[in-house]
Amino acid sequence: MPALPDILFYVFAALTLLCGVLVVANPLSRSPVTSAMFLVLTIISMSGLFVLLHAFFLGIVQIIVYAGAVMVLFLFVIMLLDLKEEARRKFKFFGIGAGLISFAAIVFIMLKSLKSAAPDANNPAGDGDTASLGKLLFTQYTLPFEVVSVLLLVAMVGVILLCKKKLE
Amino acid sequence: MKLEALPWIILFLPLLSAAVITLFTLRCRTLSSLISIGAIVAGFILTVCFIGANGFHPAVTETATSWLSIDTLHVDFGLKLDALSLMMMLIVTGVGGAIHIYSFGYMHEDRSMARFFAFLSLFTFSMLGIVLANNFLQMFIFWELVGVSSYLLIGFWFEKPSAGDAAKKAFITNRLGDFGFLFGILMVWGVLGTLNFGEISAQFLTNPVALGGCATLAGLLIFCGTLGKSAQFPLHVWLADAMEGPTPVSALIHAATMVAAGVYMLCRTFVLFNAEALHVISYVGGFTALLAALIAVQQNDIKRILAYSTLSQLGYMVMAVGLTGPTPAMFHLTTHAFFKALLFLGAGSVIHALHEEQDIWKMGALKQKMPITFYTFLFGTLALCGVPIFSGFYSKDSILGLALEQKNFLLFGVAVFVAALTTFYMFRLFFVAFVGNPRTEKAKHAHESPAVMSFPLIALAVLAVAGGFIGVVNVYNSQFKPNAESLSIIQQILEPIHAPVGLACGLGAVVVGFLAAFSLYKNAATDPLPAKLGPLATAMKNRFYFDEIYEATFIRAHDAIAWVAWFVDRWILEGVVIGGVRGGTDIFGRGLRLLQSGNLQWYAFMFVTGVAVVLYWVLVFGK
Amino acid sequence: MHVGLEHYLTVSFLLFSLGLLGVILRRNLLVIYMSLELMLNSANLALVSFSRYNGKLDGQVLVFFIITVAAAEVAVGLALIVALYRKRQSAHVEDLTSMKL
Repeated sequence: MPALPDILFYVFAALTLLCGVLVVANPLSRSPVTSAMFLVLTIISMSGLFVLLHAFFLGIVQIIVYAGAVMVLFLFVIMLLDLKEEARRKFKFFGIGAGLISFAAIVFIMLKSLKSAAPDANNPAGDGDTASLGKLLFTQYTLPFEVVSVLLLVAMVGVILLCKKKLE
Repeated sequence: MKLEALPWIILFLPLLSAAVITLFTLRCRTLSSLISIGAIVAGFILTVCFIGANGFHPAVTETATSWLSIDTLHVDFGLKLDALSLMMMLIVTGVGGAIHIYSFGYMHEDRSMARFFAFLSLFTFSMLGIVLANNFLQMFIFWELVGVSSYLLIGFWFEKPSAGDAAKKAFITNRLGDFGFLFGILMVWGVLGTLNFGEISAQFLTNPVALGGCATLAGLLIFCGTLGKSAQFPLHVWLADAMEGPTPVSALIHAATMVAAGVYMLCRTFVLFNAEALHVISYVGGFTALLAALIAVQQNDIKRILAYSTLSQLGYMVMAVGLTGPTPAMFHLTTHAFFKALLFLGAGSVIHALHEEQDIWKMGALKQKMPITFYTFLFGTLALCGVPIFSGFYSKDSILGLALEQKNFLLFGVAVFVAALTTFYMFRLFFVAFVGNPRTEKAKHAHESPAVMSFPLIALAVLAVAGGFIGVVNVYNSQFKPNAESLSIIQQILEPIHAPVGLACGLGAVVVGFLAAFSLYKNAATDPLPAKLGPLATAMKNRFYFDEIYEATFIRAHDAIAWVAWFVDRWILEGVVIGGVRGGTDIFGRGLRLLQSGNLQWYAFMFVTGVAVVLYWVLVFGK
Repeated sequence: MHVGLEHYLTVSFLLFSLGLLGVILRRNLLVIYMSLELMLNSANLALVSFSRYNGKLDGQVLVFFIITVAAAEVAVGLALIVALYRKRQSAHVEDLTSMKL
């Protein structure tokens, strides 16, 4: 009888991959809205994986930032643009072929190299509680943290500029 | 040594003058010419001062500054100051100065007079450089500079196609000779390890066979330089064409100085030549003398007659060197510089008076109209023919005496025959051009040249008359035969009596030549010689078809080689190699352009393919 | 079988390749963009699992930064898509070939 975390891993992993497949290649719907909703599901099940990896803080951030903020933004844009067109166009044979080849090639190469990714057995399992993560963030990584905040500001200014109707 | 800086000043004054004229005063004709004349006259005066202070044998014979030092090769930029170079400096600046002054009158009508004087100054600089050089490399560089200035001056009237062609011909023919000269220099350096004339002489003093097995070859290769510059057979063809240049140029470069540089070089490097090489040199000289004299007999252009006469006299000098007599050679070079410059300037005066008429059969009866030109030309003619008391008599007699002394009767016979021919064609020229009846309207209205032109004529005429006994031979003897005694003027005048056979033959040749010319050309209206000689006269007139032979053989062969080179360049290099590279790049680029479909998915696929290859290489294959 | 690093990594790879497949397969710019987010998230997963099994928190810090940057990137990217749509009336990659020669 496997342990509970292992069972949970398989559940979340299966959910993640299934929803991922439905994001990119949903056989029933090609609407961007469907893709977006499955992307939300993917991200949520992935945060479950994060929790299993003891990254509790990141799991929550994942749900708040991705499933909350980013996906809402996506949906806004979808509504704004009123996209129905792709549904009417057919998949091209070339696209399917190229995509499958790429998929197979990357998966093959990565799985081949999996062996060498074995962790150092001497390392203790890392425990990603919020307190220690915060300590690290505000001591060793203070400068990148501040820089990232500036980046967000820049992005905000850029987006406002891009969305103006007329650029002077 | 006193006044050590003077030779440097003398050398660089003409260069300075050429630079100033070219850079600043090209628009002021008179000012430019005065600068040029000033530079060379100052050079003459300073040379006289230097000789006055130091004599012909300065205590220190070299003043040099290090120029190049590559591994074991050390080359100086230096000046050699001995009797030979100082005497040549006197000739170059003295005769050159007279010709510069003459040019002021002769070129006065020409638009590009400033350019002319700039070139003349450049030439003077280069010629002084040859004369003063203390090593082979420096001499070679000035040798080439002289070639360039000669090219520029022959082609001075470059609007005339014939002048441009003549300039090219002179330059290229000279290059052929210089090629051999350069090889000779390299050979000397390779064997002796030095290019300095003084050090070479020192080596030969201790070891007379210093050049070993390649002595003959090295000597002949160096002689190639003389072949080109002094226009010896078989490279003699350029000198007559060089007469396309202005007449003062013919006088200065192609009679008095530059063409003499070959003979000067032979005398400067005389120690290098062994008996075999000298043998060849003497026969080449003798043959050239004979050939040119024969051609001169049937020319009608006054400058061409003088040009072939120059060739013939140069042959004399080269023959004298070959007969191991640098003193007679240099002696003849000196007197020849005087009287041949005089003859050319006289011819220029006539041409000027007759409005660019050069055909002697369109002249005549110039005695009354141009008395100064007439008498000076007569003196020049007498000097060239070797009439006693005139300078040419002494120098020519010394060569004849030398040939007898060496027991070379063949060359002696040639020399005497050439002397007779010389008298014949010079008096032919004289009788036809100056005596008799005026044959054209132009000749009737001739007038004497201005004083600025006649003064140099008179000065040179004095030298042409007296050059034989004013001590020139003493100076050269002191260089080549250190133990020879110095002769007084009376001794010099009577010197030829010591070799009565040569004297008698020489005088006999003059008399025979004069009588033949007198009987044939006194009052002749047309040339009677072609009728008497038949095809030989035609061959002489056509310069024994040398130009045609060269045209048919060397130039054809050259054209064929050039065509092959062109073909290789055009079709193999440019067509296959460059075209292949270009076409390959082009086709490859066109192929690559097909990848730029504008389709995002295609780009993504290419991108992923690239990433996959790199990953495979790093993660899987690399293990 | 005990779940280890390689299991998480396998999930990460598969997710990454799925994103790749979406980028190549789909022609709607928005969906392509979502596929890119998927690939980014798979990288996050790999980083977190490395962090867990190597006992170092730096991986998690990196993921934190990635999420922040991704948020900014999404905002800018979507703004660009909107601007593009305004100009071309299309968000379809086959209509956007003006870079072609």
